[in-house]
Amino acid sequence: MRIELDEPKCVASGQCVMVAPEVFDQREDDGVAFLLTEEPEPGQLDDVREAVAICPAAAIRLLES
Amino acid sequence: MSPTIGRVLVVGASAAGLAAAETLRREGFEGEVTLVGAEPHPPYDRPPLSKQILAGEWEPERLALRADEHLADLCLDLRLGATATGLDVGAREVRLADGRSVGFDALVIATGVRPRRLPGEGAHVLRTLGDALALRNNIGAGKRLVVVGAGFLGAEAAAVARGLGAEVTVLEPAPVPLAHAVGAEVGAVLAQAHLDHGVDLRTGVSVTSVARGGVQLAGGELIAADEVLVAIGSLPNTEWLEDSALTIDNGVVCDEYCAAAPGVYAAGDVARWHNPLFGESMRIEHRTNAAEQGMAAARNLLSQGAPKPFAPVPYFWSDQYDMKIQAFGYLRGHEEIAVVEGSLAERRFLAAYRTGDRVAGVLGVGVSPKALRPWRQAIAAQAPWSSVAG
Repeated sequence: MRIELDEPKCVASGQCVMVAPEVFDQREDDGVAFLLTEEPEPGQLDDVREAVAICPAAAIRLLES
Repeated sequence: MSPTIGRVLVVGASAAGLAAAETLRREGFEGEVTLVGAEPHPPYDRPPLSKQILAGEWEPERLALRADEHLADLCLDLRLGATATGLDVGAREVRLADGRSVGFDALVIATGVRPRRLPGEGAHVLRTLGDALALRNNIGAGKRLVVVGAGFLGAEAAAVARGLGAEVTVLEPAPVPLAHAVGAEVGAVLAQAHLDHGVDLRTGVSVTSVARGGVQLAGGELIAADEVLVAIGSLPNTEWLEDSALTIDNGVVCDEYCAAAPGVYAAGDVARWHNPLFGESMRIEHRTNAAEQGMAAARNLLSQGAPKPFAPVPYFWSDQYDMKIQAFGYLRGHEEIAVVEGSLAERRFLAAYRTGDRVAGVLGVGVSPKALRPWRQAIAAQAPWSSVAG
């Protein structure tokens, strides 16, 4: 599975970082999210799906690689 | 023990309803899920309506909360343009405006809110995509826009309209905008931002009606406008539940598990629930709460034997002019504010909010959003005020 982050949509809430800190982080200056990995491990998928669901900007998608 | 659930009905197809439906599937529910939405559009996002959509930066397609193929994967009975008109809890049935009924074993109510209005015709409100497009076509350069209400929505719309070159007047009944939500000190900062950007902000004025060519003030004065936006708050969509046995009190009253009755849950803007983290009954009209509560309601619906209290730290953001405002916690009813970083005068600060002897909230303007996160942890941990400020 592959994560797609629509950066211009990101509102810097940091919700993704809080539920999946191994996969997402935020830029220091404006808080916009970035990926620590584009292809998460199988064990991280539940957290990534939670991040997709909780993102208040609907900026994260999980796609079949 | 609870009966087996075969059919779940979710009424309301915006952020909360979608989150509930999606969570049911993620949790492995394989029964029928019917998602009923009053608007004709597939679930779409509302925060950009008063930002990128109003500014003309985005086209409506960008608002889709989920791609079509993802929605299809959820195998929902998706009924759009369908308005719920009644609920019979005993018979496990929701009536729709077209006369049909939908049965359920468990129900999630996520019908949201609608804008409050003023007497008189011809004013805009801003809740739906249609509302936003109607307003955006009429607030270009040289237009005179009067915004009634300096809350988040009114402030964001005023900022966008100024950016487009409109002449903007904002009328607010309170002495300071958003004082109840963010405190008088921060409200004064937001007021100054309006003034610095050329908005004619008038506080302490009461608008009685929308009139031909403007709005009427309580004293009789007419404020002239080409377009009027009424942004004076919202009303929960609960009328369709009046004959149900549910308790309605400025929202659907729920317990700490988001349950309004056995097998009946509410989520999002329409839900009033007991948040054990703050020990208060609250109804939150913020985007993140809609998703979080929809997810929580769905999980509790499926795990009726062992529900989890829904105890979130609320979060909101607002974009006004060059400011990004972010806040965690429950700021209403706070007793003290401490600026813990930056300064109000620079419009770059982090402010902590005290309620009782604990830190109840934090709000940042122009600071790194990451700086708010330790504060969120402190709020979630019910940290005493003395440990972080004061």
